[in-house]
Amino acid sequence: MMFWEKEKETMDRKSIEELQVELLREKIEYAYKNVPFYRKKFEEAGITKESIKSIEDIRKLPFTTKIDFRDNYPFGLLARPMKEIVRIHSSSGTTGKPTVVAYTRKDIETWSNLVARIAAAAGVNDEDIVQIAFGYGLFTGGFGLHYGLEKIGAAIIPASSGNTKRQVMIMQDYGATVLVCTPSYALYIGEVARKIGIDPKKDLKLRIGMFGAEPWSEQMRKKIEENLGIKAYDNYGLSEIIGPGVAGECEAQNGMHIAEDHFIAEIINPETGQPAKDGEYGELVITSLTKEALPVFRYRTRDITRITKEPCKCGRSFARMDKPIGRTDDMLIIRGVNIFPSQIEEVLFNIEGISPHYQIIVDRINNLDTITVMVEANANLFFDEMKKQKQLLDRINAELKTTLGIEVDVKLVEPNSIQRSEGKAKRVIDKRKF
Amino acid sequence: METSKYRITQISVFIENKKGRFYNTTRVLKEAGVNIRAMSLADTMDFGILRFVVDKPSEAFEALQEANFIVKTNPVIAVAISDKVGGLSDLLKLISDLDLNIEYMYTFVNNLDNKAVMLFKFEEIDEAIEKLLKAGAELLDEEYFERI
Repeated sequence: MMFWEKEKETMDRKSIEELQVELLREKIEYAYKNVPFYRKKFEEAGITKESIKSIEDIRKLPFTTKIDFRDNYPFGLLARPMKEIVRIHSSSGTTGKPTVVAYTRKDIETWSNLVARIAAAAGVNDEDIVQIAFGYGLFTGGFGLHYGLEKIGAAIIPASSGNTKRQVMIMQDYGATVLVCTPSYALYIGEVARKIGIDPKKDLKLRIGMFGAEPWSEQMRKKIEENLGIKAYDNYGLSEIIGPGVAGECEAQNGMHIAEDHFIAEIINPETGQPAKDGEYGELVITSLTKEALPVFRYRTRDITRITKEPCKCGRSFARMDKPIGRTDDMLIIRGVNIFPSQIEEVLFNIEGISPHYQIIVDRINNLDTITVMVEANANLFFDEMKKQKQLLDRINAELKTTLGIEVDVKLVEPNSIQRSEGKAKRVIDKRKF
Repeated sequence: METSKYRITQISVFIENKKGRFYNTTRVLKEAGVNIRAMSLADTMDFGILRFVVDKPSEAFEALQEANFIVKTNPVIAVAISDKVGGLSDLLKLISDLDLNIEYMYTFVNNLDNKAVMLFKFEEIDEAIEKLLKAGAELLDEEYFERI
């Protein structure tokens, strides 16, 4: 087991909480002094650093949401003058004004350290050659992983995303041992490699994949591991908090350890805002404790997951979060039933031979919500006899119905007819919104 | 008994019910210089299964696969019957008497000495070949499809 900062990563629960309380109190005072938005918010809620005596007291603080970022676009939430800012990132802004985030020199240092931790936990070391196939640019994924892996001492190929054949060629020629990208892009890279006659297992030296930026299932992990002959690790982060590095999997691959010496993570019921019970699924809420440029308090991530504090066999004491099963904003409500695309993925991938490319089409026909799952056919799913073909479709339908509780229409489509993604995969097309 | 020469290679293709997909398959075969001897199309709402017997099965398979079609090969049996009233009925009676179960069948008319050719997919192909030969049915071998 590799540790980047063993002493911190194995702190006992009591010391973690004492540190969190101390940092939170400091940060409240800091934000009050430096950010008019928080000063007003804290005054309205009657919060001072004295309000925080134990970790549970964090619940007295109001939530921060994406709307707060938008209302203060672009720099209204910054706690430091531009002179001290050394980097600016932002979200894509596809659903409105982008959220802008900024970093001081110390923040970049903190961030790199956090990424180095999750990379070390996944087994990456200074001998590795890492191909980063995340888009570089305003998105935090590319630069975040880049600086952290550089800190570990790995040799980095900043390939960025796109031009997949070239990615494969570079991977082969330079002997990349670690791949960083979205899980869906990893699958696509494997597919392209085979198409141009390269067997990823034999012809490439890849041994580890660090994947993030979109929800993926345990079955998808298996597919990636089988297709590329690697161990695939999940990691988590979001730009509003810092970027990748907030949490990451260790070699136990059993939940992502949250860097609790930098963040406080809570799970709440997304409808009521009340804390969820231990181990229960709900919305992840994060408070940053060490950020200088942009402290955030109780940021509602919209990611649905659960947290456990049970000991992990790797020896790290930090709480672990599950792979998010979805986002509050991509939860589909179909005829009153809540469905996450990841639930559909899990059913599909449990069926032997199914293609990892699928798409969910939601529509409203005659005032009734309909859901169609398009699955790419392949030689494993194609039978020369209609009877067998129908049996397969009936089986997929029945399993989806058992899991989701509603009828779903499954359609087999031709190979390559579902669009491939070089970044986050577009799994759902909701025609009801158009 | 030598049954393998009576196993005729059939090519099956998955096609989505979209404009031009059927044409595309035939175009691929044309470009590969493959001649279609017999074919059938089984369809459902969303997709169909195209089945071909051709003169050059391996070329056809490779060309279709290269063009990104989902292709499979399966053995079928070709039985020649006389082209007269009751010919097919007699053959089907024989098959029924032999206790063979037909998965599907299609026909292929040819100017061969006033005979018609029936293509059958059986669950147990080798058993079917043996029984049919023993009962005196006229089975065509794979060479026949290359030749004609």
